[in-house]
Amino acid sequence: MNHETESMNQGRRDFLGAAAGVSAAAVAPGVFLHTPVANAAPRTDPVTDMHRWGLLVDTSKCADGCTACVDACDSENGLNLQAKPHGQDELKWENQRAVWIRKVKLQDNLTGHVTNLPLMCQHCEHPPCVDVCPTGASFKRADGIVMVDRHTCIGCRYCMMACPYKARSFIHEQVDHKLTRAPRGKGCVESCNLCAHRLDNGDISTACAEACSAEGHQALIFGDLKDPMGPLRKALAKTPSRQIRQDLGLNTGVRYAGI
Amino acid sequence: MKRIVYREWLLQPQRYWGLLAILAAVIAIGGLSALYMEHHGHWVTGMTNSVVWGVPHVFAVFLIISASGALNVASIGTVFDKKVYKPLGRLSGLLAVALLIGGLLVLVLDLGRPDRLLVAMTTYNFSSIFAWNIFLYSGFAAIVIGYLWTMAERKGQYLQKPVGTFAFLWRLALTTGTGSIFGFLVGREAYDTAILAPLFVVMSFAYGLAIYMLVLFYAFDADGRPIGPAMLKRLKNLLGLFIAAILYFTLIYHLTKLYGAKNDGIETFLLISGGLYTGLFWVGWILIGGLLPLGIIYHPELSQRRDWITAACGMVIVGGLAAMYVIIIGSQAYPQEMFPGYNVIQFGAPGDIGGQVAPYSPSFPELLLGLGGVGIALLITAVGVRVLQFLPESLADRDVDPHASARSPA
Repeated sequence: MNHETESMNQGRRDFLGAAAGVSAAAVAPGVFLHTPVANAAPRTDPVTDMHRWGLLVDTSKCADGCTACVDACDSENGLNLQAKPHGQDELKWENQRAVWIRKVKLQDNLTGHVTNLPLMCQHCEHPPCVDVCPTGASFKRADGIVMVDRHTCIGCRYCMMACPYKARSFIHEQVDHKLTRAPRGKGCVESCNLCAHRLDNGDISTACAEACSAEGHQALIFGDLKDPMGPLRKALAKTPSRQIRQDLGLNTGVRYAGI
Repeated sequence: MKRIVYREWLLQPQRYWGLLAILAAVIAIGGLSALYMEHHGHWVTGMTNSVVWGVPHVFAVFLIISASGALNVASIGTVFDKKVYKPLGRLSGLLAVALLIGGLLVLVLDLGRPDRLLVAMTTYNFSSIFAWNIFLYSGFAAIVIGYLWTMAERKGQYLQKPVGTFAFLWRLALTTGTGSIFGFLVGREAYDTAILAPLFVVMSFAYGLAIYMLVLFYAFDADGRPIGPAMLKRLKNLLGLFIAAILYFTLIYHLTKLYGAKNDGIETFLLISGGLYTGLFWVGWILIGGLLPLGIIYHPELSQRRDWITAACGMVIVGGLAAMYVIIIGSQAYPQEMFPGYNVIQFGAPGDIGGQVAPYSPSFPELLLGLGGVGIALLITAVGVRVLQFLPESLADRDVDPHASARSPA
């Protein structure tokens, strides 16, 4: 009888042990993977101004002919799913399709020096697009990300008139395919949102910066402008940088070195 | 001064219904164009991510500022107590409301999401001059309708001066607001200047008066009502003054821009090398919209003739549309200067325009939508003058001006 009880208890212990192991295995990745980014709030909490997300572009490292950041952005945000409407002119379509980040090549008028850089929404502290939006659809999150609320955008395109960086795109065509994380609809305006869907899930990265690093260029450094010990602030402290259209006093979240 | 008698427009029924049918057709085509653009999306228009506001905005802004200007005639009568202008007041108010509705409809139907108009009416961001304009426009319509009531109803006449003065101030705010839509844009070289606000105010005076005079001439000729030479002279001289004011503000606008080296690019583009835009500026805005009508208005012989004055009004309108085209589309076509001292060799994929002049050719639906707005404005006016007493029976000098009747042998 005792033997039977012992063997039953042993069986129970084995079962409980196995169950605990399985549970731990299932939970652990969540616990361990998410613990190092403890500041990343669960999705139900509103974002706070503890962070201000930004980018540093080191133009000296931005390779001529490389489009890794553009391609990564396109697939991350479903921009590669846009289809040219039947019968539309190819070049005109390039000026009508949504573009969140583009490679720009500049030549110094005096010296002839050529510079490459990616240009996207600069995530201004004082964004002109937000000032002019009649419905408040164009807004700035507490963490500095400037984006469009697609539920209240009426498609007036005044933000596009106001943006000094040509960062915004209007959806000119019927959208048949899109990603859940990047909803898109005809008649609304959109632009780079620093991969907000990643940040909101605790992943401190953007597709463009990640792709640039994967190519070995390290021309894009993403991070928190408010974290003095973070990679972005450290890089900014080491390298002289400036803002595009610094004269406008918009205090952009995207900074450039080498121009 | 005789008592002014107002009478409904007594055009023969066949002509009247014919006119309405034509206007209805223009409106229907405009509506279908809007539906077509809405159904397919804006890719069927000439608009792109570079030129985001196209021909519909040219018409809409022109109609809206003209609405403000059309009220000028009533204001001169009420606010500045020029009795000669009083008989002209009712048509002035009607035309102002009609032009505003026409312009607003074009603006709304060119939205990416016109179905979300309710959102625009209920969700406001008060740092946006656009949001303020929604109030300025709807308030303007309401105030002018009240103003019309004080002009038409004897019981309301004691309110005419305060309401008229309020309407006058309101429409100055409205046109200032419309000019500021562009003037407040810091990121584009052609804008970012406060002078656009007063420029739009004087433009509204001229365009609104030119439209007013054309409508007045047509309506009066159609059912044989007289307009005296003294009245004609007043109106055309007023138009001349407004045209001269536009030329003055245009000069100051460009001088201000030319003074700063940073604006050399946009000024060279608009004044010398901009192709269509340069042509529209010099030939449309300055010559047809300014110098030629001024020449007619102050010409010793031509200025006496109604047909020439009519032509001058038409020229002001053509010039006004050209000016809007240059201000709205030319300024967008010019590349935004983000990198001074650099030449932009490549900007995204080929066709994705930056650093060079953006192409834009208006599509037919855009043009037809704009014309539909004009049709709406004229239809409202035509119906208004037919069913209500907006038009005075006579604008013969002896009927409106006591001094003229004292001078005249009759």
